[in-house]
Amino acid sequence: MHKYTTDMYEGMLAETVTHQGYGGDIINAYFARPLGSGPFPGVVLIPHMPGWDEWYRETTRKFAHHGYLALSPNIYYRFGHGSPDDVAAKARGSGGVADDSVLGDAEGALRLLKSLPLSNKRVGVFGTCSSGRQAFLSACRLKGFDAAVDCWGGRVVMSKEELTPKRPVSPIEYTKDLSCPLLGLFGEEDENPNPQQVQLLEQELKKYGKTYEFHMYPKAGHGFFYYDRPGYRQEQAVDGWKKLFAFFGKYLETTT
Amino acid sequence: MCTDIVETAEVSGSGKGPRGWFKLDQVNVSYDHPSDASLEHALNIDFVNQKEGPSARVGVELSPESARKLVIAILNALSRANLSG
Repeated sequence: MHKYTTDMYEGMLAETVTHQGYGGDIINAYFARPLGSGPFPGVVLIPHMPGWDEWYRETTRKFAHHGYLALSPNIYYRFGHGSPDDVAAKARGSGGVADDSVLGDAEGALRLLKSLPLSNKRVGVFGTCSSGRQAFLSACRLKGFDAAVDCWGGRVVMSKEELTPKRPVSPIEYTKDLSCPLLGLFGEEDENPNPQQVQLLEQELKKYGKTYEFHMYPKAGHGFFYYDRPGYRQEQAVDGWKKLFAFFGKYLETTT
Repeated sequence: MCTDIVETAEVSGSGKGPRGWFKLDQVNVSYDHPSDASLEHALNIDFVNQKEGPSARVGVELSPESARKLVIAILNALSRANLSG
């Protein structure tokens, strides 16, 4: 949780960096961290479908403000450069980013964070919407994350008809491989994922004895953290952020 | 993508983007979260030139009702011009 008091010194460095991603590609990433020697926990923020955009940069800085080494890889790097919405539109028109590509980029970000002398060697993964799904997938298919947050990740439960060469397996199929505690934040009025799909995921988590914490918010739909979108819900968002930082605090701010 | 609903078609013509006119070679039609329109989901149409990078785009984000009106308007205009195909 936020430990800032008015008598403290606070400083932050936020900048674009590069790191190795999928297939050995060097991709760019947005890195925000508190000033000081740490050690600090880390978090990888996988950007959502609207792009590697201003909201994700703000959120990356928010994590740094809360004492995290926060790194958001540009998973859209291979679609070229331009305004975030143009690049995201290019990705959308190309059928999106392949799951393997996102996983490779998330793994590169994880390795960078864990390698830093400032790191307490505990790193979480965070995502919203399409990247909520990818955060869950990362926590299942990659080894090394210590906590994961899936905010309203759509299509964690996919029908056979929805599978594509870029997304060949429904993420729920990987639940047995989930390697860290999972926090899920969802809206009752969301259609993707709808409450029935969230329930299916929860059943799988229970079946395999996984550590998880799900919160289903009434009077909220999809993307209720996004203050610039019509789906923003102030009360639910404030509570969601509290739960998120308590969760990451519990699993990331201790060294083992 | 959140919904994964996208249709693409090859097109020919021109579009005007922030840097002026450019040749179009594809249109991408999706139903997904918009960037600007005040809707949770929108019918997004992106006229693009794939060879010229992400900025070669003319994008619109419409409500489903507006998109249906657009389809009818296009078909009506083509019909009045006695065109087919």
